[in-house]
Amino acid sequence: MSAGLRILIVDDEAPARARLRNLLADLAAEVPTCVVGEAVDGVDALERLESVTADIALVDIRMPRLDGIELARHLARLPTPPAVIFTTAFDQYAVKAFELSAVDYLLKPVRAARLAEALTKAARSPSTAAALHQASEEIAPGGRRQLRCSERGKVLLVAVTDVIYFKAELKYVTARTREREYLLEESLSQLETEFGERFLRIHRNCLVARTAISGFEREYDDPAGDGEGHWAVLLRGIDERLPVSRRQWPQVKALIG
Amino acid sequence: MVSIREMGQDAGGRLRQNFHPLRLPDFCNLGTWLRVLLAVNAMALAVVLAGNRQLAGLPGDFVELAAYVEPITLGSLIALCGGQRWLLRLSPLAAAAAPVLIAMAMATLFATLVAPIETVQQSYWRIWFWSALTAAVLLAWFDLATRARTPAVTEARLMALTARIRPHFLFNSLNAVLGVIRSDPRRAEAALEELADLFRALMQDNRELVPLSDEIALARQYLELERLRLGDRLHVRWEIDSCPADALVPPLMLQPLIENAVYHGIEPLGGAGEIGIRLARSQDSVEIELTNPRGGNGHSGGNQMALANIRERLLLFFDLEATLETQATADHYLVRIELPYRMERRHERRSENTDR
Repeated sequence: MSAGLRILIVDDEAPARARLRNLLADLAAEVPTCVVGEAVDGVDALERLESVTADIALVDIRMPRLDGIELARHLARLPTPPAVIFTTAFDQYAVKAFELSAVDYLLKPVRAARLAEALTKAARSPSTAAALHQASEEIAPGGRRQLRCSERGKVLLVAVTDVIYFKAELKYVTARTREREYLLEESLSQLETEFGERFLRIHRNCLVARTAISGFEREYDDPAGDGEGHWAVLLRGIDERLPVSRRQWPQVKALIG
Repeated sequence: MVSIREMGQDAGGRLRQNFHPLRLPDFCNLGTWLRVLLAVNAMALAVVLAGNRQLAGLPGDFVELAAYVEPITLGSLIALCGGQRWLLRLSPLAAAAAPVLIAMAMATLFATLVAPIETVQQSYWRIWFWSALTAAVLLAWFDLATRARTPAVTEARLMALTARIRPHFLFNSLNAVLGVIRSDPRRAEAALEELADLFRALMQDNRELVPLSDEIALARQYLELERLRLGDRLHVRWEIDSCPADALVPPLMLQPLIENAVYHGIEPLGGAGEIGIRLARSQDSVEIELTNPRGGNGHSGGNQMALANIRERLLLFFDLEATLETQATADHYLVRIELPYRMERRHERRSENTDR
């Protein structure tokens, strides 16, 4: 394999992937490329990118499990994210959003000339993270739907709506759902920015889903019940309580009413 | 095929397209019966209201009158339904007069045999007057309602409602054909042929009922194309052993339903999924049932539009005699259509000129 643009093809339909492969081969003289992987959906793409690096990802919009828009949001968080070029058969709404925010896309059936143009442009000046963010917010507002968690090379997805709380511990953040805990590679402050509408900060190290709060209870540090003690959040669905820090209590109280 | 135009002359059809000066309703249609009964009862109520001084006697009087007029109405409807074929061959004037005369005759019959006139203190003249008036008013009303739904309007609506294939499907299919054209030229050829057939069916004049067997053939071609794209992800279970292949159904009813099932049921699914298609006959109706898995991270919306389209076309073709219901469980979605079993009857292709 000669040096060329490293391409990851992401599409759930096998003939669509074959078509892109054919076109890339046809364009080899004009734009040297090498396909480093083919993924059948967003999760598969994330898993493949654990072991290979791609310069450009050709991403179909409509895919099962993790669709193209959601995948782009996850790709943007990688240390060296590939440039994303979306492919779509017919998504008027998405196409309009791409046009508005200058995100590159290809219409299926893809034409060789158009593909060459998009590859050249992506290699020179890929769509910026800000543009991608703007387009994906336009198409599916409210940030990511799912969080990614890697366990032994497998990518697991946690639906944001399933998360009861996030807790920061040393360098990791754990997400607690009704069933179990997941280790995330995220920072609590980023999560707070992205999902601030859904989660409430109750402690320096903890965000709680507003809908999961069932009540508050006062807890005392020493058994005698002396001292001021602190407030704790009671949760719906799991038998755990989370301490509210003294600093956050006024805000928590004000928000809960 | 039985066109709507012919159905206008046909006892089975609902869409009336004949060129009578007065347009008669389909007297065998459940919808007509319901409307007639409602109207007759409403008129009875109006008469009671007009004739009553005290409110207290009102319910009693109404029940009494209703018990009197309802058997007459039902009797007339049965006679009209039975004689509908004969009715349609009459000259326009005679055809308009017949229902009035039948209503009068029924009223006379009832007054003479069942409820002798003395007990109700009515004279034959009064009975004749009221029955004739009721029949005439109803005929005029049906005529007006049908005129509002003139052939042009109905046909335009049907044209507009003709199911459209999702552009998403067309472009993805073309893309898939291009994807296999080098590795499997024969498969690509077959796919293009199927695509051509599918679009020919879509672009046809789809205002005529078609045999169910045609719909099944079209659905199979469509599924072949989807299999090219989706491969092993798409499983289809056909249950059509007891299906009446000659039953007449609205054109392009099955394919859009299956397209819906693929789009909402299979495509968002991480693995493989199965679509169930059951076509069966139960007595005088045809049952069509489609199931697809639910629970992929769905493509929301759009679903209701295709269903609303089919629902409205069923209404235009069968009035109240066809039903469409949906049912969603945690992991499955079901669409169920029931429509009257009508067969292709070639020998009944009477021309419409006889009515002009």
